[in-house]
Formats: sequence, C-alpha cells, structure tokens
Amino acid sequence: MQLAMANMGPVSGVSTRLGTTVVAAFLASLVECVEALTVVLAVGSVRGWRSALAGAAAALAVLAAIVAALGPALTRIPLRLVQLAVGTMILLFGLRWLRKAILRSAGLIPLHDEVAAFAKNTASMRDGAGGVRGWDKVAFAAAFNITMLEGTEVVFIVIALGAGGSGLLLPASLGAVGALLAVVALGVALHRPLARVPENTLKFAVGVLLSAFGTFWVGEGAGFAWPGPASASPDLAIPCLVAAYLAIAVGLVPLCRALAVEG
Amino acid sequence: MRWLRSMAREVWGLFVDDGSFAGAILAWLAVAALVGPRVDSRWAGPVWFAGLAVILVESVVRFSRRRTK
Repeated sequence: MQLAMANMGPVSGVSTRLGTTVVAAFLASLVECVEALTVVLAVGSVRGWRSALAGAAAALAVLAAIVAALGPALTRIPLRLVQLAVGTMILLFGLRWLRKAILRSAGLIPLHDEVAAFAKNTASMRDGAGGVRGWDKVAFAAAFNITMLEGTEVVFIVIALGAGGSGLLLPASLGAVGALLAVVALGVALHRPLARVPENTLKFAVGVLLSAFGTFWVGEGAGFAWPGPASASPDLAIPCLVAAYLAIAVGLVPLCRALAVEG
Repeated sequence: MRWLRSMAREVWGLFVDDGSFAGAILAWLAVAALVGPRVDSRWAGPVWFAGLAVILVESVVRFSRRRTK
C-alpha cells in the first residue's frame, strides 16, 4: 500500500501541476479574450461583421506567425513597449470615435456621416489606385488592434506559465486555446441579441470601450499605478474607466445641445 | 507612389479626425509618460485619465460653440 502510494505521489503531483497550469492559462487567457470579444462584438455590430472578423482573424494570424518565428525569444520583447504602442493607437482611435458619437447624439453631426464618407472613399478608390471594395477599414483596424493587444497578453501568459517547468508549455497553450474557443462560442451566442440594440447606442458604446481600453493600456505601458489594494489586478481599472467615460460622454450630450441652442 | 500616398492618408485618417484633438492627446501622453512613472502615487493612472477627459470635453465644447456661430 505504502509502495503504491509512493509510486502515485510523483504521478499525481505531475498531473496536478499540469491541471493547474491548464486551468490557470484558461482563466487568465479568458479575461483577455473576453476583453477583446467585447470590442470585436461591438465593432462588428456597428460596422459589419466581415471586416471586424477579418481584423480579428488577421491579428490572430500575425500573432501565430510571430510566435512560430520567435518562440520563447518573445519574452525578450518588452511587453510595456507593445502596450504603449498599440495602446496609443487604440486610444487615438477610441477617443476620435467617442467624440463623434457624442456630437452625433447631440445632433451636431449627421447620424450617418460615416456612410457618406465611406461612399466617397470607395468612389475615389474606384477612380484611383483601386482597392478591395466593401471592406470597412475602421472596423478592420479596431478589431485588429484590440485582438493584437489582448492576444499579445495571452502569448505572454502562456510563455510565463509554460516557463514554470519542463513540459508545461503545451498545457498552458491548451488552456489558452480552450479560452479562445469558449469566447468564440460566447460571441456566436451574443451577436444576434446585439443586432437589436440601436445603431447609435452601439457606436456610443464602442467609443466608450475603445477609449477605456486605450487609456488603460497606455497607462500600463507607461507604468502608471491605479488606486486599489496592492493584491488586486490592475485590470480592475478597466470597468472603472468604462463607467467614467460613459458618465462624461452621457453628460456631454445635453451640454452640447444646450450650447447649440444658445447660439 | 500615388497609391502609397493615398494609403498613408487613409491610415492617418483612421486615427486623426480633428488635428488639434489628436495633437493634444499625444502631447498629454508625452508629458504624462515623462512625469507619471517618476511620481510614486497610485493616482498617476486617474490623473492620466483626467487629462484625457479634459481634452475630450474641451474638443467637444469647442466644436459645439463653432457650430453655433
């Protein structure tokens, strides 16, 4: 009996470690994947699924290519640099979007000005150097950026957990892939109900989300601290930023209307 | 060459709508990135956000006032 227990000890220890690594990678990656899903779903609902999904797929393909080419050497790339560079793009993109959504809700710019701009752009593309018709570059870029940033986080999580011992890279990768599949299933379930939300409300939500994520990622990249207990995850700042941007944007709509009436 | 210029213009247009708005965000980012990490405070993040909020409010209010003239 004792001999059997002694034999089982290391085996169960290894399997526990493998299981813990899979679960840790799954949960940590799930947080990042859900963050990306939130934005991709919102962008897809507002601007069309084809470009949003293509942007997310392109980012995953670029990430896969980088991982395949660099492998563990990826750990030498400073994560903060990636957060700062991609975060700045998301921030510029998000605040631009939010500003337009506020002005649109206040009635100061037309509701469908982007459709007109898009029609103008596609017409000039047909006349000029050409291009792929029907692709929405705004949706593609937004989905690409957020998937790239959150995906980079997942890659770092997998490498960090995989470095915990020999043979742990595969279970960590399996956990991350499991999280991605779970989030894809969640996205498939949620995209139909989202279609019932009014277009301008969704545009407003996308602006708020992108601005909050951009602010957070630039803050992380620049090394800014956020209030809260030291043990708490800095990711908790994201919902607070979402709420703060939403409150400011909602408050600005009547203010802009009042300023317009005064004139 | 014309194709490259038009592509660069498209990419620029993705991030920049109002030049002064984008410029203000980047200028605040430069200042915050230089000063923020040196300040040993848990409020560096909220101050960074507050600056962005002020830029957003100023830009939207300025646009509304210009529209009424």
